[in-house]
Amino acid sequence: MEANMSTEKPKVAFYWCSSCGGCEESIVDLAEDILKVVEAVDIVFWPVAIDIKKKDVEAMEDGSIAVGFINGAIRLSEQREMVELLRKKCQLIVAHGSCSHLGGIPGLGNFWNKETIFNRAYHTTPSTENPDGVVPQETYDLDGKELTLPSFYDTVYTLDQVIDVDYYLPGCAPPRDLIMSAVLAILEGKLPPKGSVLSPNKSLCDDCERNDTKPEKMVMTEIKRPWEVIMDDEKCFLAQGIICMGPATRTGCGERCIIGNMPCRGCFGPTDQVLDQGAKFLSALASILDTDDEKEIEKLVDTIVDPAGTFYRFSLPSSILRRKRMEAIK
Amino acid sequence: MSNESYEPKLVGFLCTWCSYTGADLAGTARMQYAPNMRIIRVMCSGRVDPQFVLKAFKEGADGVLISGCHPGDCHYQEGNYKALRRHRLLVKMLEQLGIEKERFRLEWVSAAEGAKFQNVCDEFTEEIKQLGPLNWNGGEHEHREA
Repeated sequence: MEANMSTEKPKVAFYWCSSCGGCEESIVDLAEDILKVVEAVDIVFWPVAIDIKKKDVEAMEDGSIAVGFINGAIRLSEQREMVELLRKKCQLIVAHGSCSHLGGIPGLGNFWNKETIFNRAYHTTPSTENPDGVVPQETYDLDGKELTLPSFYDTVYTLDQVIDVDYYLPGCAPPRDLIMSAVLAILEGKLPPKGSVLSPNKSLCDDCERNDTKPEKMVMTEIKRPWEVIMDDEKCFLAQGIICMGPATRTGCGERCIIGNMPCRGCFGPTDQVLDQGAKFLSALASILDTDDEKEIEKLVDTIVDPAGTFYRFSLPSSILRRKRMEAIK
Repeated sequence: MSNESYEPKLVGFLCTWCSYTGADLAGTARMQYAPNMRIIRVMCSGRVDPQFVLKAFKEGADGVLISGCHPGDCHYQEGNYKALRRHRLLVKMLEQLGIEKERFRLEWVSAAEGAKFQNVCDEFTEEIKQLGPLNWNGGEHEHREA
């Protein structure tokens, strides 16, 4: 009887890949609103909250799940296997959060490869105690029984580099109003064109309450990191000499970081017009450095610590070059 | 790959007012130089979006050149200074991504400097021959093969 009732409601699945769990939290953070969601849909798969196994999903009919929300980047063969399965079972796939949308923080792993990451994690961190030098193996023979682990890729991928994605919910983690409006749009069938990022297509500066404090001619004479100065809590960060990704980042986040007096780090990714968030920000930043003298320019550029890691903090796997060249990794 | 048989692919973004005219001069004067450069004419070196440079590397370029008017000579006053600032910052970022600084070059070539353009092409080609191909693949399809 229960089963009959539930089949009338659209089915929804949630899954996580290479992520911190914050996107799962963003669902729980819907608070009372989650009751509205649960009333309208039937959650058929959600490993963090309900006990449904892979074989149960395999037994479901193809296309029987209305929408699958997948968070996290793709780093392991197991994740690829699961998202490919969900792609078959779901009519719509939503990349939920920065990691599945752009690669996110785990995407910074693309400055390294499997070998260097394993070496650091299992041998050289000060907190590693591993006298036998044990490293995870993909297969291991235990008393004649073969144990297996998923393979770990050299490169972190965005979700759409592995499966077809219908929509993107940006953010680290996506704010509740964007999640709710996405869910409602799906339920009401009022969806934008396939491939849309479900957040306004303009830059954060357009919405930023500090925009009015921007000087007539924006220039940077020095670059400071947030910990080096006491930051003015009303003035545009760039005008204070602090790197803020606002000009190259999509809005819709509710300026959570700006309100907390921290510059934008770029988690929403670029607007539709931009291919590469980091390159576009680099372009904007270089344009406002306040010197034409070659030596002065070089001195100023020297003070920008880790440009690649800063400008691609959330978007390295989705960038034009995607990763550090393998040949250049020692 | 032996350096004898390897011919680097180079992409050059040349501003129409100075450097493209300089390259044209090298051509009309029948100066001989390495044929490895694919020239793309732009209105100003300041028009070269860093995305163009990354895209060139992604699409198979082993080296990228931006060439504009000498400092002080920009047709648009300061486009070449913007190119200079972007170049220095992008060189630093490319090195973090494993792309050597020799692969991304900025040169000032005026409309009268056909011979300088000839030198730049020969020198750049020789330098990239020594470095070898970039072989960019961005970890493509590893997840499909695995």
